[in-house]
Amino acid sequence: MTQQAQPILQVRNLVTRIGGKRGFGNAVDDVSFDLMPGETLGLVGESGSGKSMTCLSVLRLTPPAATHITGGQVIFDGEDLLRKTGAEMRGYRGRRISMILQDPMRALNPVLTVGEQIFESLRLHRGLRGAALREAACELLERVRIPDPAAGLTAYPHHFSGGMRQRVVGAIALAGNPDILIADEPTTALDVTVQAAFLDLLKSIQRQDRLGILFVTHDFAVVSRMCDRVAVMYAGRIVETAPTDMLFDRPRHPYTESLLRSVPDVDRREERLYAIPGQPPSVFAPRTGCPFAPRCPRAMDRCRQETPPTRRLDDGHEVSCWLHEE
Amino acid sequence: MTRLILSRLVQALATLLVTSLIVFVLARSSGSPADLVLPTDATPAERALYIERMGLDRPIAEQYLIFLRDAVQGDFGVSIRTGAPATELVFDRVGRTLLLATAGLAVALLISLPLGVMAAVHRGRGWDRFSMGFALLGQSTPAFWLGIVLILIFAVWLRWLPSSGVGGWQHYVLPSLVLGWSISAGIVRLLRSSMLEVLDAEFIKLARTKGLREPVVVWKHALRNALIPVVTFIGFMYGVIIASGVVIEVVFGWPGLGYLAYESTLWRDFPVLQLSVLVYTAIIVGINFLVDVSYGLIDPRIRT
Repeated sequence: MTQQAQPILQVRNLVTRIGGKRGFGNAVDDVSFDLMPGETLGLVGESGSGKSMTCLSVLRLTPPAATHITGGQVIFDGEDLLRKTGAEMRGYRGRRISMILQDPMRALNPVLTVGEQIFESLRLHRGLRGAALREAACELLERVRIPDPAAGLTAYPHHFSGGMRQRVVGAIALAGNPDILIADEPTTALDVTVQAAFLDLLKSIQRQDRLGILFVTHDFAVVSRMCDRVAVMYAGRIVETAPTDMLFDRPRHPYTESLLRSVPDVDRREERLYAIPGQPPSVFAPRTGCPFAPRCPRAMDRCRQETPPTRRLDDGHEVSCWLHEE
Repeated sequence: MTRLILSRLVQALATLLVTSLIVFVLARSSGSPADLVLPTDATPAERALYIERMGLDRPIAEQYLIFLRDAVQGDFGVSIRTGAPATELVFDRVGRTLLLATAGLAVALLISLPLGVMAAVHRGRGWDRFSMGFALLGQSTPAFWLGIVLILIFAVWLRWLPSSGVGGWQHYVLPSLVLGWSISAGIVRLLRSSMLEVLDAEFIKLARTKGLREPVVVWKHALRNALIPVVTFIGFMYGVIIASGVVIEVVFGWPGLGYLAYESTLWRDFPVLQLSVLVYTAIIVGINFLVDVSYGLIDPRIRT
């Protein structure tokens, strides 16, 4: 950070409870992180570790029947979003904080034209009408490099390929000139080549707009390409946060270590892939101690009894593990 | 599109032909019109003469071929009862039946679209229970009984509305309410489940992340998608309304095609009965065709 930057988003001790017939549990458990303007923070972890739920909690769009944000703060631009009314909250969505979803094949409304889906955001967030509206929509499609934007406006989502649809979703997300983009596994459903092009596009837009990106993924190749810093989630908690290269070079949490070991290495071509033994705990299971303790090769008695606090180490890692208590 | 229309046309003609045969045979198996038209003291000779004059003494296959030969020339015979051409009697009344059925469908949509949507949005809560209860009541109450009860309340006791016949808009209120309410249950239930599915979709999540107001998300983004499977059903239900309109027309003394078909059955007025049923068939076939076309209007994926 060149200038003395204030985080655009500060999440503090966020807790999102999920409940249903199978019981109750914390899908997001005491999660804290900062996001700087222009920075990309990766959120990695296995499926079910609470990455998506964290993102939805920031926008307060978790499923209302089954989930409830019970604690913490989501401070955006100095204001706690958890204290906003529903109407105030809508003023943030799409205008200050936008989102790109995982599956572009299902993220667009199949019965509305691409144009209409972009117009909606432009009308709502920029108050545009008539010719100015069309012009702005064309510009957006141009920005996400969709060939022949004018024709694109009258097309329906099914006329586009997956990669192109994700660009349309991107255009919609950019319509309100947001400060933050939440990208929930935006390339998981795309081909590798299409993936690379989309990530490059995202990078260049980020540089132009000083966009803070919260990037959810479980793909470490994507992490190293995109993210300035990474937060590793396990069982609803962030277990380690570090600048990307430092995390790769010297993971400090045993879970991060195992996770990195389980990434197949193209150069080494090992016979067997490494898999972390055991299963991640159910969100509904009662828990004491560190949630990773049952699968942790270096677990101590203390790990099974007390939840470790998050420590900031000298090398810039923030880690939640008893191994690093002096 | 032209191929679709052509194949539908062939199907429609085949349907009409088969229906005409069935009605022709069924009608004649109900007895002879001579029993009803001739005075009770008619001599056997008079009876035989009448039957011969009407062509009813010939083999039924021959009668049918004669009917077909005349029908393709647009001649569907004259009413046994009144002597007026069947075409005149029938086409005079088709419009009123279609109007009533359309009014009934409009009422059904007015009832079931809001109820179905609200039931899904407020799943498991008050609106949901109210919607399902209201719809179920309409479905499980026999239409003729409901008609009579409504006549009793609104026409006889309160004197707000006419009990029967045609005239101004007031005459439409009760019969279309009975028709519409009776088919609402299915539409409400189907729309509810369809809405529930759509409301879980990713594009609904995206619509919310855009900052759209919830009514826009529900009524614009969700409903249009949820209607796709419901449209077929609504088309099918339009046919049901037209069919159950026969009973309603009799209850409300509505001089439509249904009432005519009812009377001509009682009188064994074969030419009128045959043409009535054929017109009914043509209407239903036509509706099904419109449903197929309307798919493309509501679902752009089918257009290309």
